Amino acid sequence: MIEAHGLVKRYGSAMAVNDLSFSVRPGMVTGFLGPNGAGKTTTMRMILGLDAPTQGSVTVGGRSYRDLPAPMREVGALLDAKALQGGRRARDHLLCLAQSNGIPRSRVDEVLRTAGLEDVARRRAKGFSLGMSQRLGIASALLGDPAVLIFDEPVNGLDPDGIHWVRTLMRALAAEGRTVLVSSHLMSEMALTADHLLVIGKGRLIADTSVDEFVRSSSRQLVHVRSSQAAELAAFCREAGATVTSAGTGPDVIEITGMDSAEVGRLAAAHGIALSELIPVRASLEEAFMELTRDSVEYQAAGAPR
Amino acid sequence: MTGATIAPAGPDHRATFRAATFADVLRSEWTKLRSVRSTFWALTVTVVLGVGLGAVISAAAAHGYARSSVSGKLSWDPTAVSLDGIGIATLAIAVLGVLCVSSEYSSGMIRTSLIAVPKRGRVLAAKSLVFAGVTFVVGEVTSFAAFFVGQALISGHAPHAALGDPGVARAVAGAGLALTALAVLSVAAGALLRQPAAAIAAMIAVLFVLPAIAQALPDSWRNPVTEFWPTLAVGDLTSVHHSAHTLQAWPGFGVMCLFVAIVYAIAWTLLDRRDA
Repeated sequence: MIEAHGLVKRYGSAMAVNDLSFSVRPGMVTGFLGPNGAGKTTTMRMILGLDAPTQGSVTVGGRSYRDLPAPMREVGALLDAKALQGGRRARDHLLCLAQSNGIPRSRVDEVLRTAGLEDVARRRAKGFSLGMSQRLGIASALLGDPAVLIFDEPVNGLDPDGIHWVRTLMRALAAEGRTVLVSSHLMSEMALTADHLLVIGKGRLIADTSVDEFVRSSSRQLVHVRSSQAAELAAFCREAGATVTSAGTGPDVIEITGMDSAEVGRLAAAHGIALSELIPVRASLEEAFMELTRDSVEYQAAGAPR
Repeated sequence: MTGATIAPAGPDHRATFRAATFADVLRSEWTKLRSVRSTFWALTVTVVLGVGLGAVISAAAAHGYARSSVSGKLSWDPTAVSLDGIGIATLAIAVLGVLCVSSEYSSGMIRTSLIAVPKRGRVLAAKSLVFAGVTFVVGEVTSFAAFFVGQALISGHAPHAALGDPGVARAVAGAGLALTALAVLSVAAGALLRQPAAAIAAMIAVLFVLPAIAQALPDSWRNPVTEFWPTLAVGDLTSVHHSAHTLQAWPGFGVMCLFVAIVYAIAWTLLDRRDA
């Protein structure tokens, strides 16, 4: 269980995190979603005691991170897979971390096996690919067999095989009753892994909802119609309570929301209107996410199509 | 998968493991220090420079003794001469000490370390203690070896010292002790400045540049510097002959220790307060 109350982090005049309150519950994967620069990493750094909040507080299992008696036994974290010294062998890297929390040496070999790193355990980490480094980082998070796991963009740089492994692992960890918080800037990734979503943009909480609910509420459906009698059809649709917008590609093309394609087709037939195109369009999850965070994207290419 | 059933984090879960202790962090820092190659090389350089250079200096000084002036003969300190190589070897210790901490910053390892041990003072204390311990052992071995090699080369050409002579054992053991104080200083400097290049430059400035600049100053400025500048004052511990405008052995060492304590306290405070 992770609980944040009114978290604020200010760097000079820049507001990285702005009044963030949420709780992350055990037994499920919680996706921490937001565009780059939204404050995901800053929030995770505050949870882990690396950054001090300007205001507010965050606790893990009821205590602030710095007060945990053996932090790695309670929280496993992977912030940055490359945050290690390359001159050290993988096994020694894990060993020094295990020792710092009084975790037995035997556990090092267990997590090496879990992460599939037995063959490279004696190699120095600087020769590792990003994928191998991610595995090593995840192995270190698992060392203390913690009830809470925090991963910042764990699939970044992984090949399909690695991505599948991470997803399966997260699901398994949550199924064992652990609290799993995973950040990502990819909605599609979260749709496959997470049960619950915390969506942030510009440091503010935009949504705190289950993935199902998010999909249902934000998958905008519209019907694309082309007809020489588009104006007439539009009038009938409006009469029936739908919203009609011009698609902007010509006077004969309209987009209808609030009716499905079957209803539009029936309405057209009833009034003898000939249709040359009738296409149901489902906004993807990715689009729904972009829609939601449009106003809070920190860095946007100039003139980016909206 | 991990084969464990997990209770939600909280008081119940906490009853299943013991709290991490300072001894755990010491063990961890020892593993860190011994598992990178730079440690082995820096310590090898320390021994080789300390003993090898000491031997060269001793041989050269002994051969020059006969031709030296009366005042030169009066201030002849065979113990200090044989330990001269260690002055250069300090650089290897300073660099290694700085890198102990600052390489964690440059690689990002510090974040991993502080997530593992969020009580940050423990990390700094354990690092300092482990590195000081290693330096003490290596430093004493180096200084005693340098002393015996040096005296062997001096004897026959100039008066040489024996360990039983007054002040000699103190000076030889003191060279290892001075190196140990420097080890703690460089760890603290690494934590304070965080960037390896900046911290190494600062150590070189403190050890070599500022004392060299002081030599160019008029006496009224130079004398207090040679007397109280910490890295010069600590030199009084390692010589038997007491020269003008220097402190006695132990007060000199005390000045160095005080300086180390101040730098360490600043490093400790900043480490605790700054975002990592």
